Amino acid sequence: MNMRLSYGMGFILLFVPCSLLVAFTHYPAFKALLNSFWNNGSSIRPSRFVGARNYEALLEDDKLMQVLSNSFIYAIGTVPLAIALAIGMALLVNSRLPATGLMRLSFFLPTMLPMVAVANIWLFFYAPGIGLASQILNAFGLPSINFLGSTDTSLVSMMVVAVWKEAGLFMIFYLAALQSIPTNLKDAARLEGAGSVRIFFDVVMPLLRPTTIFVAVNALINAFRLVDHIVVMTRGGPNNSSSLLLYYIYEVTFGFRDFAYGATLTVLMVVILGFMAAIQFWVLNRKAHYQ
Amino acid sequence: MSDGLNRIAFATVAFVLAAVWGLPFLYSVWTAFHPEKYSANFVWNAPLTLSNFTEAWQAAPFALYFLNTVILIVTVLVANLILCTLVAYAFVRYRFRWAGFLFSLVMVQLLISPEILIVENYLTLSTIGLTDTIIGIALPYLTSAFGIFLLRQTFLTVPKSLDEAAQMEGAGAWRILWTVYVPLARPVYLAYGLVSISFHWNNFLWPLIVTNSPEVRPVTVGLSVFATVESGIEWSLVNAATLMTTAPLIIAFLIFQRQFVANFMRAGIK
Repeated sequence: MNMRLSYGMGFILLFVPCSLLVAFTHYPAFKALLNSFWNNGSSIRPSRFVGARNYEALLEDDKLMQVLSNSFIYAIGTVPLAIALAIGMALLVNSRLPATGLMRLSFFLPTMLPMVAVANIWLFFYAPGIGLASQILNAFGLPSINFLGSTDTSLVSMMVVAVWKEAGLFMIFYLAALQSIPTNLKDAARLEGAGSVRIFFDVVMPLLRPTTIFVAVNALINAFRLVDHIVVMTRGGPNNSSSLLLYYIYEVTFGFRDFAYGATLTVLMVVILGFMAAIQFWVLNRKAHYQ
Repeated sequence: MSDGLNRIAFATVAFVLAAVWGLPFLYSVWTAFHPEKYSANFVWNAPLTLSNFTEAWQAAPFALYFLNTVILIVTVLVANLILCTLVAYAFVRYRFRWAGFLFSLVMVQLLISPEILIVENYLTLSTIGLTDTIIGIALPYLTSAFGIFLLRQTFLTVPKSLDEAAQMEGAGAWRILWTVYVPLARPVYLAYGLVSISFHWNNFLWPLIVTNSPEVRPVTVGLSVFATVESGIEWSLVNAATLMTTAPLIIAFLIFQRQFVANFMRAGIK
């Protein structure tokens, strides 16, 4: 049906946008792969081909192992918690309680704030002594905790910040899904004698599944590519206890000026994201079989 | 009876959760509007003040930072709207060799986004001498796979008969794009615009890497520099600056709450 794209028209429509896309997405990904086989050059010594040397360093890098385990704990901890809270919030906001507008504002506001602002707000909230967190602990007669300064609590503290920022956005998607559920389904279940809890798990939850998959995929990718709060609040510390993979790439490249190793870590990041995309594909295909 | 109890329990959970969620932000607001000595000291009749805001505003060139952010946002948004429209139009209205392959190449950007390619993109920028410029911050974001995808989905819903009728009337490709496709996609342009503006207002790591001098810093980078270097540990100033830099977004949200929520939903679902 469609007409053939002439060369002239194709050039006008596609050339500029596609060159930009290639220059800043495909080219850098490919270049990272190339550079990961070379070492760092300097003005005196040009960079040399070193084979898999950078990848050997990768395997022996204890700090990287900690960063990777942090990243996975962070992703596995924040994504389900944010989703569960988002579903709860959507149910509350969608209910016939008074002041739902105010609740929605409270839940959604963190999403509107830049991560840098969120980080400042929480930096203050966590501040030992003066912060609200320690004041609340003190009010209950508990000793204050140095949330960001201790290796035991720093990662968990960053996870709380991420959940606080993201849950409100996911709530919006669930709100949309809840409002599209036909009420006659719930009425039918109620006539059959099902209570609210049963209706939620047997009627509402299955209908929320597509939303959950969509949100989970986005949340998982975000968990790997948003590290603004780490930069502002802990700089990965103390002792790398709160460092995530992208923050480590940033630190290696722009802190230690090791561009070759930064490129190698970028390749690792792309591989991890590609792996997640493959799993996502597989899950979505399986879901299609059910329907 | 138990239904009433359930309702009360439900309401309690709701209010507690909403209150806890609001606490960190409210605490920041409290500190920003009170003199330093009340910053961690809750006295109901503590005097309110705006001096934290004026002091923070004068301590760093925030007006300049705001201007830079606005320039950045407008540049990216205008480029996105034009370029994504062109690509989506080509995919929807024409057939050409490698179209499917090209489309999957475009979609790669959804996964491998500029945020994770900071190392090589920085090297590219320094090769072409565009580090420490606003256009340098904008370059990797000028085309957006998300925008292309969104517009393609929308253009696909435009009835072919409309397109054909316009052709009968003798309208050319550009006229058809402008009078048939673009008007029908207006809600999607609005939704995409809101998402794009809030993304680039909030973006931080890439601008932090690219910029060195205050003349080109966007507001997020300016805020982080202010909060770490210039103000030391004066929390009331940091909080005032934080609220000040996010105020435009918060005010816009309060005014357009319904449209915002509706558009975020639309952008997410498509």
